[in-house]
Amino acid sequence: MANIELRGVEKKFGDVFAVKPLDLTIKDGEFIVLLGPSGCGKTTTLRMISGLEAVTDGQILLDGRDVTWLHPSERDIAFVFQFFALYSHMSARDNIAFPLQAAGMARDEVKQRVGQVAALLRIEHILDRKPGALSGGDQQRVALARALVRRPAAFLMDEPLGALDAEFRETMRAEIKKLHLAQHATTVYVTHDQIEAMAMGDRIVIMSAAVVQQVGTPTEVYHNPANLFVARFIGSPGMNLVKAKVEAGGVRLPGGSLAPVSDRWRHALEGSGLKDGSVVLGFRPEAVQVRDGGALRAAVYADDLHGGYTMLHLELADGEIIHGRAARDALNALGSAVRFDLDPDMMRFFNPETEMAIPS
Amino acid sequence: MANAANAPRQKVVISTRVDKVSTGARLTSSFRATIAVIVALIMLIPVAWMAMTAFKTRPDAVAVPPKVFFEPSFEGFVSLLTSRRQLTNDEIAVYQQRTDLGWADQIALIRGQAITGPSAFPRQLLNSLIISGVSTVFSVGFGVLSAYAFSRFPVPGKDDLLFFILSQRMLPPVVVTIPIFLMYRQVGLHDTHIGMVLLYTAFNLSFSVWLLKGFIDEIPREYEEAAMVDGYTRLQAFRKIVLPQATTGIAATTVFSLIFSWNEYAFALMLTSDAARTAPPSIPLVLGTGGIEWAAIAAGSLAFLIPVVIITFLLRRHLLRGVTFGAIRKG
Repeated sequence: MANIELRGVEKKFGDVFAVKPLDLTIKDGEFIVLLGPSGCGKTTTLRMISGLEAVTDGQILLDGRDVTWLHPSERDIAFVFQFFALYSHMSARDNIAFPLQAAGMARDEVKQRVGQVAALLRIEHILDRKPGALSGGDQQRVALARALVRRPAAFLMDEPLGALDAEFRETMRAEIKKLHLAQHATTVYVTHDQIEAMAMGDRIVIMSAAVVQQVGTPTEVYHNPANLFVARFIGSPGMNLVKAKVEAGGVRLPGGSLAPVSDRWRHALEGSGLKDGSVVLGFRPEAVQVRDGGALRAAVYADDLHGGYTMLHLELADGEIIHGRAARDALNALGSAVRFDLDPDMMRFFNPETEMAIPS
Repeated sequence: MANAANAPRQKVVISTRVDKVSTGARLTSSFRATIAVIVALIMLIPVAWMAMTAFKTRPDAVAVPPKVFFEPSFEGFVSLLTSRRQLTNDEIAVYQQRTDLGWADQIALIRGQAITGPSAFPRQLLNSLIISGVSTVFSVGFGVLSAYAFSRFPVPGKDDLLFFILSQRMLPPVVVTIPIFLMYRQVGLHDTHIGMVLLYTAFNLSFSVWLLKGFIDEIPREYEEAAMVDGYTRLQAFRKIVLPQATTGIAATTVFSLIFSWNEYAFALMLTSDAARTAPPSIPLVLGTGGIEWAAIAAGSLAFLIPVVIITFLLRRHLLRGVTFGAIRKG
């Protein structure tokens, strides 16, 4: 296993940046998720690590060895493709054995290694079938087996669950996570699904428009998004973002209600050089505490029962809709006025001009 | 309906159980099959007629009205494969007494002829086999390499080059036969196997590049990329992954190239005379003494059909199978 280091790696197609200069160090045994909307450069980054895409500039180091200009076959990296890329003219067994044959391994050892990895993934019974005769999940397992069998320095996975049915995706997600823990293999995993990223990643690299927006643990990117993009992108629904004015004692929301802020935030906001006190207040739905006598007012716009809880859609005075989490048995007539407070520990502030988070 | 409980509630068109298919659907499918058989029969009539003529005697072949039922004879094949000499009446009498004549000699004797040796036709058939076989190997081989390059690499001026290659097909080949004839005579390629292989390869290559490019475009790049990440060079990935995946396209291109060079008439007539003469221009020239040998011509055409039929039959599985992408799921 190995660590991967990207130094100023960039990719240009003509004059257009697919990936702007990017620095990233992936530790040995770490599960890194590259997350972002489609076209953000995450797959290009992965392909540059694999060598399938040449870098325009920068350096890629694998365990300190410069592999920037090595052919993919010389990097000792395994790649799992979104559509599996199993060879349809070979049986599952031959597909799995294929990387070992490249190294010219003896037949007995190939057989033994294929047997081991097939047992690990519980696919012994389908080894003689052609990929076309397998279910999506089994195709995925064969693709994973083909990557695992070589015991490579690192695994790269490009949306490996994207082609699976929703219910199956969760099973495979758990299987991949379990495999990762068992193998302790450095893994770079690309997805556009933030739930998948939160569930699997040790750290998440959030990309947008060819630029890394934030690198952090799932908890960090969820609770302390670095900018408005991350705040919106992470979470389902994303962070509530409301334009507000900084005043003595708190921030004033549209419609006149004043949300009190802690002393710590008051100092931070005063020192942050905001233009005429304009700020964006951000808070997660679970920071909303609906109660009589709360400091803030809103009207109930809609409520969705999610089983374990109710998601309230609240309309502020300026027509802005925010989301708040309420107890599963909370009853609120549509259109009725409610009052709520915000958990002071869960309030975050952003500079509307730079879109960056204001440090507390 | 004898058993209403087993009858399908909706119209079932395809089922492994005959009793589950609705009567209407069954009738429709047998009606379609009947039409298909009739069309196939109509298309086979000329071939069947040719096969029949090949086994007729000369009087039967030219009989009016045409004979559908006749006594089969190898006269046509004997005239095709041998050269003969007309015997005088005295000689015929002598020959009829001889007991050492083979069956072919006896057939010739019916028409008062004696066999003097084999004809040029077997060698012309062999020429056809060599020239079309080698040119097919070349045009498919070079075709698959350049199609792969056009499909996968950023070749400068790719579209123009492809159009340029295609434009070769826009010209009726007959137009250039005279210039090519003159050039071939100058450089000593006239009536040579190499000259004909070169010509047919050049003419087939544009077609095979385009056809194969379409097939290779359909093979996802991920296949080779997966092989390359797994430790193979690009050439190894091409050989182990791309070629097997392109089998269908290669089979189709092979058959089309083979049929073109096998059937080609105009160039062969102009550019070959003896050593490299192929079968197509020679078959209509099987003239006997006193009239066209229809049976021999039909026999020659029949013999000429067989190699192409065999190749097509051998490759039929690939031709019919269509392109399957077992494990690539399009999201």
